[in-house]
Amino acid sequence: MSGAVTEVALEQARQRRRLWMTSGPGLFWIVLFLLIPSLVLLGIAFMSADDYGAPILPLSLQPFQQVAGFSLLGWDAGNISILLRSLQQAGIATLVSAVLSYPLVFFILSRPEPIRPLLLLFIVLPSWTNQVVRTYAWLELLGPNAPLTWVAHHLHLVAPDLGIAPGSFAVTTGLAYNYLPYMIVPLYASAEKLDWTLVEAGRDLYASGAKLFFHTVFPQTLPGLLSGVIFVAIPAFGDYVVPQLLGGDKALMIGSLIANQFTETPDWPYGAALTLIMLVVTGLGLVAFRVLSRRLGGAEEASI
Amino acid sequence: MSSTLAIAGTEAQTGARGAISLSGITRIFAGTIPAVDHIDLEIKAGEFFTLLGPSGCGKTTLLRMIAGFETPDEGRILISGREMQSVPAHERPVNTVFQSYALFPHLDVEQNIGFGLRMRGVKSAERKQRVDAIMEMMQIGAFAKRKAAQLSGGQRQRVALARALVNEPEVVLLDEPLSALDAKLRAELQIELLRMQKRLGMTFIFVTHDQHEALVMSDRMAVMSKGRIQQIGPVLDVYERPRNVFVAEFLGLSNIWQITPISDHEAETPLGRLTISEMLPAARMAMIRPEKIWLYSEDAAPYGRPNQFFGIIREAIYMGAATQYRVEVGENKFVLAYDTNNQAAERSWRPGEKIVVELKPENIMLIEP
Repeated sequence: MSGAVTEVALEQARQRRRLWMTSGPGLFWIVLFLLIPSLVLLGIAFMSADDYGAPILPLSLQPFQQVAGFSLLGWDAGNISILLRSLQQAGIATLVSAVLSYPLVFFILSRPEPIRPLLLLFIVLPSWTNQVVRTYAWLELLGPNAPLTWVAHHLHLVAPDLGIAPGSFAVTTGLAYNYLPYMIVPLYASAEKLDWTLVEAGRDLYASGAKLFFHTVFPQTLPGLLSGVIFVAIPAFGDYVVPQLLGGDKALMIGSLIANQFTETPDWPYGAALTLIMLVVTGLGLVAFRVLSRRLGGAEEASI
Repeated sequence: MSSTLAIAGTEAQTGARGAISLSGITRIFAGTIPAVDHIDLEIKAGEFFTLLGPSGCGKTTLLRMIAGFETPDEGRILISGREMQSVPAHERPVNTVFQSYALFPHLDVEQNIGFGLRMRGVKSAERKQRVDAIMEMMQIGAFAKRKAAQLSGGQRQRVALARALVNEPEVVLLDEPLSALDAKLRAELQIELLRMQKRLGMTFIFVTHDQHEALVMSDRMAVMSKGRIQQIGPVLDVYERPRNVFVAEFLGLSNIWQITPISDHEAETPLGRLTISEMLPAARMAMIRPEKIWLYSEDAAPYGRPNQFFGIIREAIYMGAATQYRVEVGENKFVLAYDTNNQAAERSWRPGEKIVVELKPENIMLIEP
């Protein structure tokens, strides 16, 4: 009897040890590079800034007041509009990449099976180059003397002497371009498993065109799409490189705003407070998204 | 007036609601061998028609061409007298019950059944009424709010059928709809399906590889092999008078011999000389179904009739309602026979017993190789 009990206890101990050995390295990594820095950030966000922007005591709520737009000069909507612009840019970029991804994914799937991995590789390949380099390329393509800008001038879409970049449109383009592979790959994974019999059933039951797509293809690829939305929207929301290079002053996004607090006009507590707010917004977004995808049904892949 | 009626009368042959006419249908996939090879077929309105054949015989491809999922490389398809060449799948007056059921996983039973009506823009009040009516008829109302994943195989089958029937199509296409079910449920649903078809009077085209299922259900059937129709006709005809070796063997067990005709009613066979009622000088093969063979104990065999052979039971397989015997009637010459185990059955035989087998001349059929 007691022998069996010790046997069970030993087995439990063995399992616990195994659990620690397998998940230990990951936990260590998370604690060292995520948890501790976040706690440090949390601390800094509640401190005051010295003349050089470095955090000092006493503790203060001033950084958060700054985030909300209050300063010595009174209230300013600047930060709110930067936050909203970031959300908007990330939203549009996500939408654009989703709309582009569907035809691309089904084009790849329509090719013979052996060449599909190669085509996918072509899509992923550019992201092996540094993001800064690729974004500079867009700066060239959309800059004041580029052919595209010339077309835009003639259509009176852009004021003379200015380029498409810098500007909001250029930022959207840059973001959508940068994060497109992160939409395509999960979408491809779910489109590959598509049950075409359901599409036939849809045709058999009088659906065609857009109706057929939204009733048979879309629900089946929803898990992939939702994963893609998370993979694109979150990094696009906090992106620094693209708005910095393609945005100019008028298209400032939250990533650049935060970076400024640690570089050009240092104010660490303010920067830390901004970062916290950004994390909270992202977290809330994820929760809302999860609820939404549950409601839409069967989106296991998107549950992060 | 009378001439109009006459025209309407002839029109009814191929133009009746639910009638199907295929002529010269051919479909060749990327390779070279046609999946469907010049098929001509007339299916009458309101008929339960079965396409029977082994996998790869082209029966499913043929069904998919009628549904509009495949385009024939050659030939014409008429449904209710209308040319279907340029009619896409979503506009054809047919509905399909898929082998995998293909229920939409994100919709519940009610929404699945109402899908076709919704796509055709039927108002939600009428839709609900029709969906409720069919659910009641199929006894699936209790699961109305369940998703497909929460249903058993038999329930899914019923939903798939209801989803097709609710649209009141001219023709219902069924692609091996019962093949995923266990034997008992399958037998139940066969009968249910048949009753439903008789009640609604719609044309059913049923694809199966199961000869028993085809026999149970069909009014007429076509036996297919290698993209061609081997035989077409009422179930009884096809079973009792198979045209060739393929049909004979595919539809149940049979005894088949090569024969050499020697007179108007006689032929040499491996068993010996046989008297055959319907004899043709050019006949090369003959068959007889095992259940058409009579077995007698040695002393009870009727005297003076042709085609009697002494034999020894070598194998007896008891199958409940009947017993299957393998009788050796000569060195390495065997005959397969069934004897039903009914009240009238004289007795059953055991291996090693000596008996007499009788092949009645009218039960021996000539077939093509």
